[in-house]
Amino acid sequence: MLKVTNLHVSVFGTSILKGVDLEVNAGEVHAIMGPNGSGKSTLSNVIAGRDGYEITEGSIEYMGKDLSELEAEERACEGIFLAFQYPVEIPGVSNMAMLKAAINSMRKHRGEKEMTAGDFLKLIRERADLVEMKHEFLKRSVNEGFSGGEKKRNEILQMAMLEPKLALLDETDSGLDIDALKIVSQGVNALRSPDRAMVLVTHYQRLLDYIIPDHVHVLAGGRIVKSGDKSLALELEEKGYSWLEGGTNAAASLEQVAN
Amino acid sequence: MSEALEQELNEKNRDLKDLVKREYKEGFVTDVESDTFEPGLNEDVVRRISAKKNEPEFMLEYRLKAFRRWQKMKEPDWAHIDYPKIDFQKIAYYSAPKEMPKLDSLDQVDPKILETYEKLGIPLYEQKLLANVAVDAVFDSVSVRTTFRETLSEAGVIFMPISEAVHEHPELIKKYLSSVVPVQDNYYTALNSAVFSDGSFVYIPPGVRCPMELSTYFRINEMNTGQFERTLIIADEGAYVSYLEGCTAPQRDENQLHAAVVELVAHKDAEIKYSTVQNWYPGDENGKGGIFNFVTKRGVCKGDNSKISWTQVETGSAITWKYPSVVLQGDNSVGEFYSVALTHNKQQADTGTKMIHMGKNTSSTIISKGISAGHGQNTYRGLVKILKGADNARNFSQCDSLLMGDRCGAHTFPYMEVQNPSANLEHEATTSKISEDQLFYLKQRGLSEEAAVSMIVNGFCKEVFRELPMEFAVEAQKLLDISLEGAVG
Repeated sequence: MLKVTNLHVSVFGTSILKGVDLEVNAGEVHAIMGPNGSGKSTLSNVIAGRDGYEITEGSIEYMGKDLSELEAEERACEGIFLAFQYPVEIPGVSNMAMLKAAINSMRKHRGEKEMTAGDFLKLIRERADLVEMKHEFLKRSVNEGFSGGEKKRNEILQMAMLEPKLALLDETDSGLDIDALKIVSQGVNALRSPDRAMVLVTHYQRLLDYIIPDHVHVLAGGRIVKSGDKSLALELEEKGYSWLEGGTNAAASLEQVAN
Repeated sequence: MSEALEQELNEKNRDLKDLVKREYKEGFVTDVESDTFEPGLNEDVVRRISAKKNEPEFMLEYRLKAFRRWQKMKEPDWAHIDYPKIDFQKIAYYSAPKEMPKLDSLDQVDPKILETYEKLGIPLYEQKLLANVAVDAVFDSVSVRTTFRETLSEAGVIFMPISEAVHEHPELIKKYLSSVVPVQDNYYTALNSAVFSDGSFVYIPPGVRCPMELSTYFRINEMNTGQFERTLIIADEGAYVSYLEGCTAPQRDENQLHAAVVELVAHKDAEIKYSTVQNWYPGDENGKGGIFNFVTKRGVCKGDNSKISWTQVETGSAITWKYPSVVLQGDNSVGEFYSVALTHNKQQADTGTKMIHMGKNTSSTIISKGISAGHGQNTYRGLVKILKGADNARNFSQCDSLLMGDRCGAHTFPYMEVQNPSANLEHEATTSKISEDQLFYLKQRGLSEEAAVSMIVNGFCKEVFRELPMEFAVEAQKLLDISLEGAVG
């Protein structure tokens, strides 16, 4: 489904990704781990098509298409979903209104008719229950006045509503207490399906106690330095990222990024 | 805002996305034979206007007095607007379609005029009317049609062109005309008082809740003509009325002047809700043409427990100079001002409100949303004045500005004058930009850039839109989207 080949990405002239290779198939869950500043968020942002992320070398292929040809909204309509690390607030626009517009925009892209108001209501109530979100949140402005945990739960609700083919979850566990982490994980697990691929970007292993990945990759210094199964995550937890630092010097690249 | 409305607004949003870059669709000219005065203004012109209207002597005197005052006055220059000097001798002060119809028979209205309103979405045949909205249609200087007059008169409501009210209800006109906005209030009120030719008159008798929305649709058609309309609304004790005005004009290279005066009087326990969707021709993207909109609107909460609420959505005009105000005279009276003002291309707006607290326990709310795009300049100018006797007065003001691009401007001038220590005033102001983060977030959810901008802007205006009657809220949102075409990207 997703094929990243020798990907080099610069953000405002600073080179962040330096040759990433990654292949994700339908039905798989991949975890991308790594120290802060290793390029994890850059990877998810560049796949989602954020402005300012320049591919200087290599390619991203999705469902056989070169992604660089598509605008961010086209990628979304083609089934790529990004759960944001820092979901933004949109004052005056209700969660419901935004989701309804999103769903219908995607349906239109696929040449389908708009969803009826009744079907939409039914669906959103059902999916809100999945992430244990009170229905009153649906009428509130997008993320406005939400706590950190509520914002993340709202991201999972949106994912559940939009039913993507490829879901990128960017540090979805950050800022969550253990209860919220469980709820979010339940939501994610419920959405696992043979047609859907997920890429979890995370700093900590603990998310992977709840969402068991098929593959784990360690991103450091702009490259994937190690890949394995879920046991790799445990090993990392035990030994820390410095264990991998030897050849890649992640700490040094980290400083470069910061500067 | 109700769910249904929200959904509807949303659907509108998506339809708009498909619109290609469009032009001002109300910009057409109606080819109708008209009786238009030669440009120029002198005492004789004032007399001729009065004679055209067959006015009683008291009106002619009123006009002449106003004209003489005006001659001694100077144009105000304190607003944050920049425009070429207006040559008042180059404007025609009266224009009416020939073959003036009798108002009770639609058959006599020139079909071209009916067609004009049809095109504007304001059908004047009663069977096609918007349910529950009575319309007074003002074409250049005259009212061509007032709908639902019989239904309204059964309830005791008077809704008619002011030119007729002068004849039919002279006692009310004498009592209330210029009772809220004195003739000499400012340069444009004096001018308007001298030359106004039509507008709407509304009187709601004691205890009556007006059974439908009243609305006036103003249309400037003739070239080089100014529109000077006059609106007077009186809600007697315990009465309620909701009134809406809309306005459009053809697309022309020359600037045209619109100088209106609106006066509202709310007696004890009465409430007046006045909404405006202003879409005068804004000029082209280089600032050529467009309406100069110099308007004075003021209401007085005369009796105790009365309430006046202004809601305005200002998307048109090259220049907007307008401060709908409330004088809170009665104890416990309430004044509200909800405003969305949008300036795009070279448009300039200097708008806001004045809340004058006189009675005890009076309260006022000001919510102003300014949107600037292109080279647009948007100024909020407001005054909250608490007089000595106004014990326990309260005001809440919120002025938010949204900037799109880096060539536009937003300015806020909130004035406060407090003469009573028991007053409680709150003021909040924000200036924001549509952030890249917000745009990317919505695009990542599958929305196009235009749809994303529209959603963010409409969210920004929501507190004001929810004050509008439902049909007009949808209209206002549509207008905003259209006015912002090409503002991004």
